[in-house]
Amino acid sequence: MSLGTGQDEVSFGGAERVEPKPSSLNVDASGLAIATMGLAKRFRDQLAVAGIDLAVPRGTVYGFLGPNGSGKTTTIRMLLGLIQPTGGSQRLLGVSMPAGANAVLPRVGSLVEGPAFYPQLSGLDNLARLDAADRTASPRTAAARIDAALDRVGLLPAGGKHYRAYSLGMKQRLAIAAGLLQPRELMILDEPTNGLDPQGTREVRSLIKQIAADGTTVFVSSHLLAEVEQICSHVGVMRAGELVFQGTLEELRGRGTPRILVRTGETTLASRVLDRLGLTDVRADGREVTAQLGELAPETVCAELVHAGVPVAGLETPRASLEDLFVELTGEGFDVNG
Amino acid sequence: MSTADVAAPAALSQPAAVARWLRLLRSELRLTFGRKRNLVLLAVLAAVPVLLGLVLRFSSGASNGGGGGGNGNGPAFLSQVTGNGVFLAFLTLVVESTLILPLVVAIVTGDSIAGEANRGTLRYLLTVPAGRTRLLGIKLTANVAFCAGACLLVSAVAVAVGAVLFPVGPVTLLSGNAVPLGDGLLRLLFVTLYLAAAMAALGAIGLAISTLTEHPIGAIAAVLVIALASEVADSVSQLNVIHPYLPTHWWLSFDSLLRVPIVWPELGHGLLSFAVYIVIFCSIAWARFTTADVTS
Repeated sequence: MSLGTGQDEVSFGGAERVEPKPSSLNVDASGLAIATMGLAKRFRDQLAVAGIDLAVPRGTVYGFLGPNGSGKTTTIRMLLGLIQPTGGSQRLLGVSMPAGANAVLPRVGSLVEGPAFYPQLSGLDNLARLDAADRTASPRTAAARIDAALDRVGLLPAGGKHYRAYSLGMKQRLAIAAGLLQPRELMILDEPTNGLDPQGTREVRSLIKQIAADGTTVFVSSHLLAEVEQICSHVGVMRAGELVFQGTLEELRGRGTPRILVRTGETTLASRVLDRLGLTDVRADGREVTAQLGELAPETVCAELVHAGVPVAGLETPRASLEDLFVELTGEGFDVNG
Repeated sequence: MSTADVAAPAALSQPAAVARWLRLLRSELRLTFGRKRNLVLLAVLAAVPVLLGLVLRFSSGASNGGGGGGNGNGPAFLSQVTGNGVFLAFLTLVVESTLILPLVVAIVTGDSIAGEANRGTLRYLLTVPAGRTRLLGIKLTANVAFCAGACLLVSAVAVAVGAVLFPVGPVTLLSGNAVPLGDGLLRLLFVTLYLAAAMAALGAIGLAISTLTEHPIGAIAAVLVIALASEVADSVSQLNVIHPYLPTHWWLSFDSLLRVPIVWPELGHGLLSFAVYIVIFCSIAWARFTTADVTS
């Protein structure tokens, strides 16, 4: 037991089976909250997840993106031990899953495929039910922890109301509260803002930011781009069961090829100049000309345009939007606007 | 840092682990006995002896002069009820065990896992993690508790109603001997527990089927079909080779408890049959539930 991580494990329990393995595995274990190696799932004749290598560094907010049906939820279900992988291996907080489920899952909060609770019970009783199911939860502190979790998601005043009377936003928040009953090292949130109105989406987003600010690694899946762009530092993009991109948000942005946009009344002249400079994909559209910038500096292009007598009303180097990049990565049919 | 204090919160001491198990069981029992549907089912079970008692009380004057050991038509015990209110309990148990009791047991046990899966609460319980074997054990215990609770409720209500509507006194057993009221009530308790064991066996079948599907209605229907098919097969004399192996065959053997001396082999066979059913179907439930993909 290393001194560095020992303290955490005391408070979260499950420590004795989490004993770090020697050398290389130990580095792996401390560095990555989620690590999968060729993780795959085949349902009968359909390959839902085609061998993916997730690497989620600790302390990050990782956006797990992809259109509906791209294998995100199946992956999350495998991570949480709900379904058995048909290939590959996986480690959660350094612990092999699903073998170490009982040891590691108490340190992981999760929301899988929407909230699901007993409609006839109050929000409070629903949390008490889940807390009772947790072997590592002390019954003595249960009431205080349940209140704190409800308070954290702003549901304390509605804690006594029947779950069936909750709005969708409240249901979603109750599910997040269930994940906050214990201090967690990792939160796995599957589409936490699915079906929420803009107000609810904003609430959940700020909640995720708070959770991450406490040092909890957050793994959040979404088919909504805007959501991920605002809260994540890392992203993984799924397409048809494959992980087509994984890296930081900056790396994703960097994948876009830079373009230049010139606003001018003389579009034909401008196009000719850009052509002469060797820019490709020159397109004139109304009072704008765009082209792929390539290696050229925008100021050089500007000088050449002015020199050639093009009246330049404006010049921009728009970066490809994340949405464009996503469509590029995930193909058609991706619901970019949600 | 010693390993002892690191391991402390995870490796619970034996009593603490038992306490946590009981906490989950309490939660499960509250859920089972607090659910409106289940309360309605229990109310239906409790209403039967009331109706039977009233019907017998107000028709007895017309049909026969009350009491007597005549074994005429109708279920066993029917004629004894008017002579001794305690027999209302035996009559009710016989009447309810053919359809109503199995129906109630099928509903509650068939729903036990499939209902959680259907609601989606199963995935939340499993990611807590409740532990699959542990959760199954809790469900089984709650099912058994419900079966026992239902049978005891029926007997208690029937005795109370019988005491109000009919004379109560020494109980004349099927073998003709009369035993004191206390002895009779004790035998009734054993009869009730025997039937509870029979229902627990059906409940084990329900639990196993419940792990196979995420549609509770389907599971409930399947359990009920099994119970009814078994009862039908049990009444076809050509099938008497398989009769001892049918899940419902030994249910009414509790009348062995109402004889002097008690017919132990009959009871033993019944209890053995229930135990075998429970072991087999719990094993099926365990094998299925601990490996199944939870996709609901």
